[in-house]
Amino acid sequence: MTDDGPEPEGRPLGRRAFLVMVGAGLTSLAWGGSALDVASKSTLVLPEPIRRAIPVGEGWRIYAVNPPYPRFDPATWRLRIDGLVARPQTLTYDDLLALPQAAQTSDFHCVTGWSVDDVRWGGVRFRDLLAAAEPLPSARALKFVSAERPYVDTLTIRQALTPDAMLAHSMDDRPLTRAHGAPARVVMPRMYGYKGVKWLERIVVTDRVADGFWEQRGYDRDAWVGGSNGL
Amino acid sequence: MVSDALPIVRFDRTERTLHWVHAGAFLAMLATGLVLYLPMLAQVFSDRPLVKALHLVAAAAWLTALALIALLGNRRTLRRTRRDLDYFTADDLRWLRRQHDAPQGRFNAGQKAHASVQAALAVLFVVSGALLWLGERNTAFRLPGTIALHDVAMFVAVVLIAGHVAMALSQRPALEGMMYGTVPADWAAEHHAAWTPAPPPPRGVPGLGRIALAIVVAAAGLAGAVLLAADALG
Repeated sequence: MTDDGPEPEGRPLGRRAFLVMVGAGLTSLAWGGSALDVASKSTLVLPEPIRRAIPVGEGWRIYAVNPPYPRFDPATWRLRIDGLVARPQTLTYDDLLALPQAAQTSDFHCVTGWSVDDVRWGGVRFRDLLAAAEPLPSARALKFVSAERPYVDTLTIRQALTPDAMLAHSMDDRPLTRAHGAPARVVMPRMYGYKGVKWLERIVVTDRVADGFWEQRGYDRDAWVGGSNGL
Repeated sequence: MVSDALPIVRFDRTERTLHWVHAGAFLAMLATGLVLYLPMLAQVFSDRPLVKALHLVAAAAWLTALALIALLGNRRTLRRTRRDLDYFTADDLRWLRRQHDAPQGRFNAGQKAHASVQAALAVLFVVSGALLWLGERNTAFRLPGTIALHDVAMFVAVVLIAGHVAMALSQRPALEGMMYGTVPADWAAEHHAAWTPAPPPPRGVPGLGRIALAIVVAAAGLAGAVLLAADALG
């Protein structure tokens, strides 16, 4: 490049720094996930108010498919349970709170790679939720219908009866917020978060498992954490 | 001998365009990205698909603009800028060790280091962002560290930009140099003593082939932005 003037003095360290950073950054595609996990676990030693003040949303990212988020009105909200049941049910919010209550602490994993550890959920086990409806012998699966159209997803009844699956109405000792699916959402810690239908308003008991919203778009139906979706 | 206050050219139009394209695109993607990232903001702007579409369109516009600058801008200037940023003299290394009396060229050593890091971040943003997008479509593209890389690159970039803006505001001639192209000669002599201001190399006239390529790139960028937006808006 004769028109670019004389050879500059000094050493080309800028491009070296650039290449080293790009190289190191790209390797983090392999180890960055675990490093982030360790970092987020290490914040657990901080007092709760400080953790809340860290502006990373306590790890949550809110996904919705058809905003704005559904609004919960305790006066009008109903949860219908129908399909292959002997006695279809319509529950109010108070009815839901009057059922036998369960609590658990479990980790939440999103298929896109982030996790929130040690979420405290409060809610109702599906065995207790379905008891009054009396599912028929042909019942095989539960289809969860969100107030956020057209979001649906399904669990087999076996999956729904795993000991840490529930319909949650509280999170970290507070009623579910609007962003987290108020007033009730499915919690299935052994599967990725897209199985956890938020803003639940209807459960249809069916004899077959159907594809949910994301499964129609290529995600696995049995979304076992660490054992599905190529992960 | 010229008057000390006489303005001398530090950045030509191509350099300034490159700088402000980066700045504008970064701020647009930071704003939309934070809405996608922080639940409290996501709740205020609950139209997630729209925000995501804007984020992707900003990315497409940014990359298209970079390609157009490379094609239609003053390529001699771009080569000179890259060389100025790349080479560190012994005085630069002293300057980095906080000996700020070491005479500096057109860019001081901090600016050179900052440029290298920002260039690397740009590459990492593009790679991790593309992987995030592809991973939504095909599980083969889902890598365990993609989100971590995109997030950490954002935090690093925000810290660096905050420092960059703070320094620009405390050194008004530097800021005005990037806005209008010129800096006062006496300011340059004080802060960039090793710089021998030379007029920017003349801009070669882009040939027909390069203009045709630029039109193709612009059309491809526009089409890409429209497709990304349509896809994100579902």
